[in-house]
Amino acid sequence: MSIDRRQFLKIAGISTLYGVGAAAGVLWKGGIEASQYSKSPDAMKAKRWAMVVDMRKFKTEDDYKKVIHACHSIYNVPDIEDTKEEIKWIWAEKFGYVFPELKGEYMPEGVTDLPFLVLCNHCDNPPCVRVCPTQATFKRKEDGIVMMDYHRCIGCRYCMAGCPYGARSFNYRDPRPFIKEQNLKFPTRMIGVVEKCTFCNERIEKGLEPACVEASNGALIFGDLSDPESEVRKILKTNYTIRRKTKLGTSPSVYYIIGGAENA
Amino acid sequence: MLEKALVGSKRYWMWIFSLLALAGLGTLAYLQQFAHGLGLTGLSRDVTWGLYIGQFTFLVGVAASAVMLVIPYYLHDFKKFGKIVILGEFLAVSAVTMCILFIFVDMGQPMRIMNVVLHPTLNSIMFWDSMVLMGYLILNILIGWTTLHADKKGVKPPAWVKPLIYLSIPWAVSIHTVTAFLYAGLPGRDFWLNPLIAAMFLASAFAAGPALLILLSMIVRKLTKFDPGKEQIQALAKIVTYALTAYIFFLGLKFFTVLYSKIPDKVYSIAYLYTGLNGYGKIAPIMIASSVLSIIALILLVNPSTRKNETTLALACGSLFISLWLEKGFGFVLGGFIPNTFGKIVEYWPTMIETLITIGVWAIGFLVLTVLYKVAVSVREESVYEEH
Repeated sequence: MSIDRRQFLKIAGISTLYGVGAAAGVLWKGGIEASQYSKSPDAMKAKRWAMVVDMRKFKTEDDYKKVIHACHSIYNVPDIEDTKEEIKWIWAEKFGYVFPELKGEYMPEGVTDLPFLVLCNHCDNPPCVRVCPTQATFKRKEDGIVMMDYHRCIGCRYCMAGCPYGARSFNYRDPRPFIKEQNLKFPTRMIGVVEKCTFCNERIEKGLEPACVEASNGALIFGDLSDPESEVRKILKTNYTIRRKTKLGTSPSVYYIIGGAENA
Repeated sequence: MLEKALVGSKRYWMWIFSLLALAGLGTLAYLQQFAHGLGLTGLSRDVTWGLYIGQFTFLVGVAASAVMLVIPYYLHDFKKFGKIVILGEFLAVSAVTMCILFIFVDMGQPMRIMNVVLHPTLNSIMFWDSMVLMGYLILNILIGWTTLHADKKGVKPPAWVKPLIYLSIPWAVSIHTVTAFLYAGLPGRDFWLNPLIAAMFLASAFAAGPALLILLSMIVRKLTKFDPGKEQIQALAKIVTYALTAYIFFLGLKFFTVLYSKIPDKVYSIAYLYTGLNGYGKIAPIMIASSVLSIIALILLVNPSTRKNETTLALACGSLFISLWLEKGFGFVLGGFIPNTFGKIVEYWPTMIETLITIGVWAIGFLVLTVLYKVAVSVREESVYEEH
């Protein structure tokens, strides 16, 4: 033998240490840079976009419906009935499912069943971005929005395993036949790619608020988390808000103000 | 040497054509899936990985287990394995081929698969997994082919192969470790979020892979003039016994932490898998079957008399292989997705198309294995092997 066992173990040990160190360095760094593009002068600007969902203001089923419809109609989100294959960017889910760790037996009646709006949390530290093998999902450095590149996605669905919020949908079938009225201003997606809420990045760039915020009658508030004078910061300062699964360290940028049972 | 795979008995060709037929059937099924999407599988918004990724995970282990022959032979100078180390290396080639195919058929946009290489993403474990798997495939083809070629000529393998063989040892460990990291680093999946996963993967791989090798060795001995050897099989049986014992121990550790801490998110997945939860229990019979088969295998392996008897040894290896295949090739992946991130239960069961594609990939794997083994066995048959 050209090297003996002891030598081999030595070399193997050193190279393992070196490899682990290098990998740790890479993993520690995390984030990915977004692609370059030119901005419109009307664009809304922020260092960290965030949303507050004021559940006190969702009274009737209609309040939810119009918010969801505003989003899904603009973005050509198909209406697939089979829940296994459905695509959703923003939808209502019962409190007990959205905040399972807060659910309690003796809560005010109806609270555990109260529908909460859920969407992509545009996390500070998004696991979906960390796991994506092609950078098809990435976090924009300038404003923290977690984006999707539908043309680069290979459909491995690792991001869906990575997301702790179930915010991502996969096109298990061709979505186009399931779009009732197509909005020609926004592209439809193809089969085999993942999609999700984009915080309406292309509306923000035109100086428009996200579609759901616009349709919400003030129940959804959108703004810059890094600006102490922004409306979201003022609300966060004066109201008790909660975020989903904070113990996971993803730091969601969607905040909830909980309402009473009368909103159910 | 490949020409040796082109001559064979009637039985050999029957086997080859049956595998080709199954591979063809799988390909037809895949064309359906390619045209209509993964909607033809049992996967869903909640269970986004299933049979394909399970099979991939299991087969990475089978591939890595070649190291259980390489280490004794090359590091501990256990000469007896010289005869059969090639069987392990060629099994690895076949297993990695299947791994790559299972990843391919799982992609939503398979034509874009090269994006993984075009946009290398160092923070993605999937990027690293594809790199180490490719490397392992190349290493094993190079090593296996070169050493066999040297054997055929009756000369020593060229000197440059040795460093590659040493490299293949940590590399084998790396492929399964990185595959475990695919799962073990996801914050919202309690069932997978466990540092033991890599160790459990390696232990179960070092049990299932050599168990398969024992069965393959017995088949080779029966069908050809090449005898992998009684002692070799017994040495493998001991490796299988140690690895299975380690695996069951690790499983026990995991169960203890989950069941004693009683943290609901951790308990629910295990409860769903082994007993069913809230009236949902599609997977429980599979996991129970897997546990029973494991226990049968453990009893037969630990007991020296049943381990030394080749009939009961074969039975043990068969039960063990099926047990770990059910557990790792199916149940393990589902445990991470059920209940889903909202705490709801959405079950999964593979469809016919999915099953046919899976059978097709296995057929291709066995085809590669048969051809490579045919070559290896023919070379061995010609020259009565000398232990050097």
